[in-house]
Amino acid sequence: MATGIEPASQSGPTGVHDASRAAIPARHLRTDRWWLAPAGTAAGLLAFVVYSTWRAFANADYYHAPYVSPFYSPCLADNCHTMRGGPNWALFGSWWGLSPALLILIFPLGFRLTCYYYRKAYYRGFWASPPACAVAEPHRKYTGETRFPLILQNVHRYFFYFAVLVAGVLTYDTVLTFRDDHYRWGHMGLGSLIFLANIGLIWAYTLSCHSCRHIVGGRLRHFSKHPVRYRLWGWVSRLNARHMLLAWSSLISVALADFYVFLLASGAFEDPRFF
Amino acid sequence: MAHVDRQTWDVVVVGAGGAGLRAAIEAREAGMRTAVICKSLFGKAHTVMAEGGIAASMGNANEHDNWQVHFRDTMRGGKFLNHWRMAELHAREAPDRVWELETWGALFDRTPDGRISQRNFGGHEYPRLAHVGDRTGLELIRTLQQKIVSLQQEDERVSGSYEEGLKVFQECTVTRVLKADGKVCGVFCYDRESGRFFVLEAPAVVLATGGIGKSFKVTSNSWEYTGDGHALALLAGAPLINMEFVQFHPTGMVWPPSVKGILVTESVRGDGGVLRNTDGKRFMFDYIPDVFKEKYAQTEAEGDRWYEDPEHNRRPPELLPRDEVARAINAEVKAGRGSPHGGVFLDVSTRMPAEVIKRRLPSMHHQFKELADVDITAEPMEVGPTCHYVMGGVEVDPDTAAATGVPGLFAAGEVAGGMHGSNRLGGNSLSDLLVFGRRAGLYAAEYVSGLRARPAPEPREIDAAEAEALRPFSAEDGRGPAENPYTLHQELQQSMNDLVGIIRREGEMAEALDRLTKLRARARRAGVEGHRQYNPGWHLSLDLRNMLLVSECVARAALERTESRGGHTRDDHPQMDRHWRNVNLVCELADYRAEQGEADPVLGQIRLSRRETPPIRRDLLELFDKDELVKYLTDEELSR
Amino acid sequence: MSELQAEQRSGAYQAHFRVWRGDADGGALRDFEVEVHEGEVVLDIIHRLQATQAPDLAVRWNCKAGKCGSCSAEINGRPRLMCMTRMSVFGRAETITVTPMRTFPVLRDLVTDVSFNYTKAREVPAFMPPAELGPGEYRMKQEDVNRSQEFRKCIECFLCQNTCHVVRDHEENKGAFAGPRFLMRIAELDMHPLDAAPAGGVDRKRTAQDEHGLGYCNITKCCTEVCPENIKITDNALIPLKERAADRKYDPLVWLGNKIRRRTE
Repeated sequence: MATGIEPASQSGPTGVHDASRAAIPARHLRTDRWWLAPAGTAAGLLAFVVYSTWRAFANADYYHAPYVSPFYSPCLADNCHTMRGGPNWALFGSWWGLSPALLILIFPLGFRLTCYYYRKAYYRGFWASPPACAVAEPHRKYTGETRFPLILQNVHRYFFYFAVLVAGVLTYDTVLTFRDDHYRWGHMGLGSLIFLANIGLIWAYTLSCHSCRHIVGGRLRHFSKHPVRYRLWGWVSRLNARHMLLAWSSLISVALADFYVFLLASGAFEDPRFF
Repeated sequence: MAHVDRQTWDVVVVGAGGAGLRAAIEAREAGMRTAVICKSLFGKAHTVMAEGGIAASMGNANEHDNWQVHFRDTMRGGKFLNHWRMAELHAREAPDRVWELETWGALFDRTPDGRISQRNFGGHEYPRLAHVGDRTGLELIRTLQQKIVSLQQEDERVSGSYEEGLKVFQECTVTRVLKADGKVCGVFCYDRESGRFFVLEAPAVVLATGGIGKSFKVTSNSWEYTGDGHALALLAGAPLINMEFVQFHPTGMVWPPSVKGILVTESVRGDGGVLRNTDGKRFMFDYIPDVFKEKYAQTEAEGDRWYEDPEHNRRPPELLPRDEVARAINAEVKAGRGSPHGGVFLDVSTRMPAEVIKRRLPSMHHQFKELADVDITAEPMEVGPTCHYVMGGVEVDPDTAAATGVPGLFAAGEVAGGMHGSNRLGGNSLSDLLVFGRRAGLYAAEYVSGLRARPAPEPREIDAAEAEALRPFSAEDGRGPAENPYTLHQELQQSMNDLVGIIRREGEMAEALDRLTKLRARARRAGVEGHRQYNPGWHLSLDLRNMLLVSECVARAALERTESRGGHTRDDHPQMDRHWRNVNLVCELADYRAEQGEADPVLGQIRLSRRETPPIRRDLLELFDKDELVKYLTDEELSR
Repeated sequence: MSELQAEQRSGAYQAHFRVWRGDADGGALRDFEVEVHEGEVVLDIIHRLQATQAPDLAVRWNCKAGKCGSCSAEINGRPRLMCMTRMSVFGRAETITVTPMRTFPVLRDLVTDVSFNYTKAREVPAFMPPAELGPGEYRMKQEDVNRSQEFRKCIECFLCQNTCHVVRDHEENKGAFAGPRFLMRIAELDMHPLDAAPAGGVDRKRTAQDEHGLGYCNITKCCTEVCPENIKITDNALIPLKERAADRKYDPLVWLGNKIRRRTE
């Protein structure tokens, strides 16, 4: 199959070719286009990685009053664009010489990297472990998340805490978009709408996180003794059912928000103002 | 000398459904080394198909409920033919059996105050069925299975072996109960996987093999229901009673053909579903029999109010006992008012919001969606009667579940007769399994501990059992060509369905007996190809013996009983006759040493006799109004 | 009768089936031409093969209504229940391939040795009843039993165990890994409102990871994808169990909180 995830070497008489199992030479007998999903996932994630790497290292075109790119917010180094009333908190002072995006992107990156949905997506899409259900994987050995480094996936909840903070800052940034380019309040442009949509999706994705679901109420044994947390858990559970959808749409929206700021900052596009 | 493997156990339980597992748990807890043998994998027994619930008068939903009311409902449902003592024990002990399940990990649906929720069901005066959605049987089997695993874990901690005190032989079939000196001494079995024979020696054998539905064409029963326990008991010399009473569940699927017969749970009606004919009429109001006139709503409005306010309204006639509803549907279809595929319409879509339907009837929603492409939240189901349960079975002592006349043989669950009389109420089967499964295990253990010496199987008997089991491989040595067991099975099912089905006539049943004789002769030549390892054709050939024996019992008893009562409806004798009430028809093997097919072709293999049932204890009779009793009991009985 | 048959005949067609036949010593896919009628499922066709062409074709089945979980197999390479796979989902010209489950040792034809699952079932400590409550005294709220009830819908068809690549593709992991079905069983018990395991000295959250191989699961969700009961195994059982294990093993805040408050909730 022309998917590029078929194994380079024959994996020998283990797995479905173990001597005890039904003797079927084929590694799988699926007749549907099972490779479409992992290939699509891999392509989508790869596209985002390329785009975000370029933008994170660019260290340019990330601010156009009143909009700050979500890739650069909050800005924790001295070498940032000055954003009046914006998220400039130079915790790292002036010794940081690289792009300030690198300082903050660690957190959303870590959050998404350890996210239970993205794990599935890249284990399937990039690592072919497994490529699809009932399709033999190419690896000879498998230890899953029992050992270093993958055992570190268990720290997902800490990234969730940080993700809440970051989402808070991005909410603040969104509020700031209701200014004009002279920092006067009570205005709105197309960018405000894009930022609103983005922050909505970011929050929905963050709160739909499996760790959040656990912390809010999932860890309880008796919901009946904690009615408020039970109700919260119910809401989070409903969001959680759409975690995959939210993961993708917030990934796209954050890239779009950044790209919009890039267009404005590089002068390629003028922000249509509504009032 | 027989060269088959032999193992020694204290108690052998045949069947791993609700009754078998409950018996095994009890026997093991009484200190017996217990073996369970089942035809399927452990945990797949037909009990998983039970949907509605377990009837037990816990009084959680209505505080007026108690065992006396439950007893009364059971006797009414069975048209007073039930063995009153079994019905009494059942009603008294059912709540304890349900509560016990909770201590083993069962999770029933709950009332707002945290107790076990109970639902309405046909024939039950109060909401009485402990349930889990519509998958109660699965919960029951899983709970018992997990209890067995927990006992095995205990054994492992003590002895180092999980299977020291309690072992499940899965995918094995028993073909003979072995006897020595007139007492049970073991069972002869084959392993379906390897085809190898083995003997389990044990002084006590509990039959818990379930029913006989696979002798009928349209049935809700799975392939396992070939009447094995009924036949094993007959062949061991134990009598069967009440075999003419076969329950046709009113609502089975009728379309598509491949799923015809699969059950549509009674909870659909208990929760508000209604039956309509093709004219859209709720026809059940026309079919309320006189004995139930005062107990059921006469108008749709009253019936509908009952779901909300059962104290001040009477229940809708859709909730009449199953035999009444099945006959009514049959009559509507015959009168040409049926649905396109020969059933009637069962509708919940106009009665409840889609969300409620999906929550309360999840597996029905799933079943129709997946198997018939019907969305029951949007359109009505098409349903018709399906062979569901046999009330008849091994005659047992009500207290000990011991089979009559064969020391060491016990029977519990569907394979035992008497408890349900002429018709079983929904929900009473699961409680029956638990109550009498426990009793069978308990008294089997007691019987074994009371024995001084254990009888041992004779090699001659083992050899005979082996020869019998191997016959299908050498079928063509006989007269004429080998018969295909699948064809024979289909012909048997068609005959029983057409001639001894839901409505019976003398001439048809006589013809059925004639056909059974011919089938029996042909079944001797049922032959199979291949080898003994997991060979379904061979397995079916062996099961045919049992189905033919049991079918003959049904046909013979049905021909004899010249009245209509419960699960037995005679077109030529449409009325219930009080003089038949205290008569049990007893089936015994004509000559239990005679070889299959060599018995008298006219008399067949079964000898039928009548037996008068013991009078109902006075205090139990007093639970009923005199006005009601006169409908069932003769004047002579009443004056006693 | 004849009317019904005529009706069936009208929708009948010949289908091309490839069925694996063989045993532990070897076997191969065999081709069959077989009649299919309207409304049938794959199991009906296997039965027709038995009745007409291959009387010794081994297949495990029971209820034929998707309730017992016996007729698990792989149809066109996808783990499914044969009784719940309608023929109408396939094109009439399509070749339909039926094989036994490929994770368990094959016995004969479509029947596999699923004893792995029964071994794993025994390794999970059973429900422990609370010592202070007698039968009939259990009080549980519906909202407290909902989660475990979802897992108890499981019909033990073992399709999830079959599709899970941890054991499907790595025979050597069978010893250490309980599989989705039995990790879900642990989750069920850990969420049971009255399970007395903590009082009995069994920490299900910790042993899920230490003894039953929860860490092998990389949440790729094939178990959920194949579940005929539509149980959300991954989202509702495995991930919450991973989070509970993380509470025990990787979360100093929770550990500290528990030390201070001396409770396990």
